[in-house]
Amino acid sequence: MRYPLVLLVLILVVWEILYLLVGDVALRSPAATVQALKTMLGDERFPPHVLETLLAFAQGFAIAVVVGLLIGLPLGAARFAGEVAEPILVALYSIPKVTLYPVILLIFGIGMPAKVAFGAIHGIVPISIFAMNAVRNINPTHLRTARAMRLSFWATTRKVLIPAALPEVMTGIRVGFSLALIGTLLGEMFGSQRGLGHLLMQAMSLHNIERILALTLLLVVFAAGVSGILLAIDHRLHRRTS
Amino acid sequence: MVGAVGLLELLCRLGVIPNFTVIPPSAMAQSLWKLLASGKFNADIAATLTNVGIAIVASMIVGVAAGTILQSWPAARRTLDPLFATYYAVPMYAFYPLLIVIFGLGDLPQVAIGFLLAVMAVIINTLNGLDRVPAVLLKTARVHGLGFLRTAVRIRLPCAAPYVFTGFKLAVAYSFIGVIGAEFITSSRGIGYEISFAYNNFDNPVMYAMILFILLLVITVNMSLHVWEKRLLARRRRA
Repeated sequence: MRYPLVLLVLILVVWEILYLLVGDVALRSPAATVQALKTMLGDERFPPHVLETLLAFAQGFAIAVVVGLLIGLPLGAARFAGEVAEPILVALYSIPKVTLYPVILLIFGIGMPAKVAFGAIHGIVPISIFAMNAVRNINPTHLRTARAMRLSFWATTRKVLIPAALPEVMTGIRVGFSLALIGTLLGEMFGSQRGLGHLLMQAMSLHNIERILALTLLLVVFAAGVSGILLAIDHRLHRRTS
Repeated sequence: MVGAVGLLELLCRLGVIPNFTVIPPSAMAQSLWKLLASGKFNADIAATLTNVGIAIVASMIVGVAAGTILQSWPAARRTLDPLFATYYAVPMYAFYPLLIVIFGLGDLPQVAIGFLLAVMAVIINTLNGLDRVPAVLLKTARVHGLGFLRTAVRIRLPCAAPYVFTGFKLAVAYSFIGVIGAEFITSSRGIGYEISFAYNNFDNPVMYAMILFILLLVITVNMSLHVWEKRLLARRRRA
């Protein structure tokens, strides 16, 4: 518990120093930002935006997990198909997906579906890459043992395949979580009238630094918090299997 | 791949997908060819590529250096570990306004976003690679009385090279994502800016041509790195 605390103090100190260096034009002190965040959370116009973002994110993330697993798991089982698909998936991963935003907007129109789609396409690829590797790296001895014990297909899936692949799949879901969140926010920044991304973009064009920092703080705390929980689950799963 | 493009072409030509949504791939390619030949966007392309290049080089140098230092300083590494783990969960674009105020309205904020996205991948992979350097080699270095810097250059980094290369590949991808994404949000030139400008003006031929250009560029760069890596690994295995 000591090290994260040191890190937290370190970040606050760096923030404060940076604030003293650049001054009020670009930054607020940590204390002022927390204060601004409090005021913002107290505002009754604020919760609908949070809800909107959470809703879009939850749908996008859910689609990303389901589609990612549907793509990744079979590709991991079929070795040749997986080898063909891997460079394509990695190339898709490295595409700046912001560039596809106009296409998605033209297809889905402004509003919820576009945001959901944008979150989903960010998350799908990493989840499918990790799921593919998870299945591919299952120890073949385990599968042979299952066959020797004459386990049925369902029993093999439940008792052997899922426990063996789960830790890697979980890592993929963790990465997908972060990316889907970024995707949803980006979607809101460009083509939406509601949500945290829209508020952020609005604050940017009004040069409302307090607002920008308060929103950023909120997002960072949320992302780091959930990511920390997922990381803990991830570590536990990995430790159990190794 | 060919099938997907063909299907898209057919659907567009038959009018199943209206032309103001997606234009046929052949029209995209034609428009791209015309734009490249006219040289209208050469300055934008050059600007984006320069920014991406600077971000890649800077993140490689800083990343490898930081990784090497952190690896030999366990206390600092353990302190920063949670930061590494949650780094990519933080939407980096949220810091963009801050960067604009710090660096001004020029190209620097874009480069900074690309750099910030890329550098962590390099650090993490460098650390990962350095952890796997066989202890025997380090002992040999000590026997020969090599200093910290020479050990790093002669032994640690060559041993960690495959992992550092993975970091390099990610750095290239993240630099593209960061720079182009930042150009999208606010900037006055670059490929990302041109796409959003064309989008706002409903100029589909230009927009799709530029999107196609970026996709082709990034995929080509990525595939070449993939092939290069395979070749390096093959040579290593033979040696």
